[in-house]
Amino acid sequence: MAHFAAKPVLAVEGLNKSFFGVQVLFDVGFTLCPGEVLGLVGENGSGKSTTMNILGGVHPRDSGRITLDGAPYEPRGPRDAVESGVAFIHQELNLFENLSIQENIFIADFPRVGRLLPFIRRKEIAERTRAVLEMVDLDVPPTMPVARLSQGERQLVEIAKALAAGAKVIIFDEPTTSLTRRETERLFDIIARLKAQGIAMIYISHILGDVKQLCDRIVVLRDGAVVGGGRADELGIERIIALMVGREIDQLFPPRAPCVTTEPLLEVRGLSQPDVVRNISFTLHRGEILGISGLMGSGRSELARILFGLDPHAEGEIRVGGEPYAATDPIDAMRRGIAFLTEDRRAEGLMLEASIADNIALPSLRDFAGQFAGWLRRPQLTAQVVQAADQVRINTRDHARMLAKNLSGGNQQKVVLAKWLLRAPRVFILDEPTRGIDVGAKYEVYKIMNQMVADGAGVLFISSEMEELIGMCDRILVMSRGEITAVHERAEFSSERIMESALRVGMDAVR
Amino acid sequence: MTRSTLHPAGARARKAGADGVRAQLLLLELSPLILFAIVVVLFGLAADRFLTLATLNNVVIQAAHIAIIAIGMTFVLLTAGIDLSVGAIMYVVVAIVTLYLGDLPLAVSFPIGLLVGLLIGCINGFFIVVVRVAPFITTLATLFIGRGVALFMTDTAMVFANDDVLTLGQTDWLGLRSSIWVFGVVFVVAFVVLRSTPFGRQVYAVGQDPAAAAKAGLKVPLILFGVYAISGVCAALGGLVSLTQVAAASSTFGFQKEFPVIAAAVLGGTSLFGGRGTVVGTAFGALLIQTVETGLVMSNTDPYAYPLVIAGIIFLAVLVDAQRTRIAARLNRRKIRIDDPQDRG
Repeated sequence: MAHFAAKPVLAVEGLNKSFFGVQVLFDVGFTLCPGEVLGLVGENGSGKSTTMNILGGVHPRDSGRITLDGAPYEPRGPRDAVESGVAFIHQELNLFENLSIQENIFIADFPRVGRLLPFIRRKEIAERTRAVLEMVDLDVPPTMPVARLSQGERQLVEIAKALAAGAKVIIFDEPTTSLTRRETERLFDIIARLKAQGIAMIYISHILGDVKQLCDRIVVLRDGAVVGGGRADELGIERIIALMVGREIDQLFPPRAPCVTTEPLLEVRGLSQPDVVRNISFTLHRGEILGISGLMGSGRSELARILFGLDPHAEGEIRVGGEPYAATDPIDAMRRGIAFLTEDRRAEGLMLEASIADNIALPSLRDFAGQFAGWLRRPQLTAQVVQAADQVRINTRDHARMLAKNLSGGNQQKVVLAKWLLRAPRVFILDEPTRGIDVGAKYEVYKIMNQMVADGAGVLFISSEMEELIGMCDRILVMSRGEITAVHERAEFSSERIMESALRVGMDAVR
Repeated sequence: MTRSTLHPAGARARKAGADGVRAQLLLLELSPLILFAIVVVLFGLAADRFLTLATLNNVVIQAAHIAIIAIGMTFVLLTAGIDLSVGAIMYVVVAIVTLYLGDLPLAVSFPIGLLVGLLIGCINGFFIVVVRVAPFITTLATLFIGRGVALFMTDTAMVFANDDVLTLGQTDWLGLRSSIWVFGVVFVVAFVVLRSTPFGRQVYAVGQDPAAAAKAGLKVPLILFGVYAISGVCAALGGLVSLTQVAAASSTFGFQKEFPVIAAAVLGGTSLFGGRGTVVGTAFGALLIQTVETGLVMSNTDPYAYPLVIAGIIFLAVLVDAQRTRIAARLNRRKIRIDDPQDRG
């Protein structure tokens, strides 16, 4: 473990912040040295985002001292923060697809030909862009439109943008959520390089393994206060989780009595679609949680979309509850008792501008249409919605008025769950249901899944997190390159073996 | 040519699979040009006077005012806005210049006319940016108010330009008509502004994602205000150019001009959703529409068929745009089976 200069580049002391009279930060303090990577972890709502938004100039602080390179740091806005040397790389990238890389990097502050002539110095921005692209090891021309870059490459452009602005401190907020495994490794390499160049970084993530591997020190926030931390190599993941949730969790997964039956709910035989999936066959039984593992881009989500009738398939036979099912129409899928929680809850799972109640009611509106011209039977609907919301324990008072966009990630996911639970599905397809939500909310999602199978449903559980698949599933299918490459029974679960089958076929195919 | 160190093999595989789709996309991008060629050949066959330099000259002269206004509209459309008041601005400006400034030299009256256009554009900008009324509603209101004010001023009677205006409209410089010069200057200035100035590139950024633009530190309200001001000036200029050509303005002057103007921009590949479009495309769209109209006149087509033909062309442009979006989406879709094997490691 490297030793860092005693003089920190960033020092935060006694940070307090209230929103509308509710205090959300209590005396938060930490330091960051040049060339150090600091991991910031905590459940959603623990104050990570607020702290970073204050550093990034998005929110002003109520009180507290922040010094940057020894001088008081008072950003008046995001732009001011960037110019002072603090760059914030948000989870949703802020790039303009219709512009080139170099234009994206200089969009707010183009160097001009002269004071009177407002023309952009193209040569200069190309040169400077090339230099920062080299620092992040991205070998593309500066004039390439961002639209033609992959997610991972775009992330590197964001980092290049921070470097071009002369960043001394770079804040990463959940940078790996939309990256493939290889892109993630690439990002980590770049972070190591920047570290060697003396750039300080704050790394926020729910993936604790990454945080532990990548960071020098870790600070844990809970309920707006720093509750602990220390050197990453001395802090075990169990201990971090315990600090995050405020209690020792000896079990990350709720206990469950196996309730698998032999009665098939969903039978898939020889399902193929050119360029997407090939020869997929499996059976989901009543009372079973069937996991689908595989690396990102292995065709898991695409399979789910085909099963729900969103995407076409060329060949194959599907049966639901013994009846043939064409899988061409989501309305037909819903009528047959299939529900689908998508991997992108903000874009596909929710109406962000609508209330919790309206979101939950949406797929069931048809069932509450009255005799007279299909008018909604509001009282019955409201009663059911409230019941569904209570079932998943959405922690908010006013379901009718609270908008989905104002909820935390965990509560948003519970809204999506509630809307499908209201339809009492027989087959529930869950695609990354715990992505980007905190430990406590994850536990509750697991409990809901257990309840569903106990009630006789079947759950198809797609996840990138090996641990939760092993902790929750009765069987795990492994997908690779659009095919099922292995099936593991609960008795023989081991993350190494599953990872092996996810990787091996891909490597064989090279030859 | 995509070069990517992240997935060299993947990029190659993607490229191989995507080449056919890219060709389709290119064909669609070029479709206005192809359409133009077909139109020219058809009318060349139908009317033997059509394929002459004189016709080309006429087309450009007659398209000039629409093209100028459409170039201003392009700025607005790039920010995903819309300006419905351009026709009304034409009429107001022309009414003021002919009724109240007829005795002043053109070097004074025309700039005042442009200032009037700028003022109305700024009023649009104010309500859209500060009061936050949707652009459609704001400019719909200024459309009605503008026409109402102009009708009130003119008493719905025909207004006439003085002889200087008429002379200007017939003047040639270096063999080209004055309106062509004005069109040319507007074209070049707009082209350079959109392509090579910070403001121009920021217009594209705001149109693509206003929230991200604000986060990046762009002065989004100022940029939005600017594009409506530009559109106002261009509409005034278009009205004045049109006045030099027809020398008089009836109560229907500029009436419903917003439609051919928006059509020209869309025909030239400008997206109504913002972020995509060029001055070259827009000028081209305006010329295409005028070519069709001129061709219809010269081939003695029934005048009642004109709107149908123009509508057909606009429909085609929109259809092409929808196809282009669909194909672009397909191009970006991840292909699992032929993806980079290294990605699995």
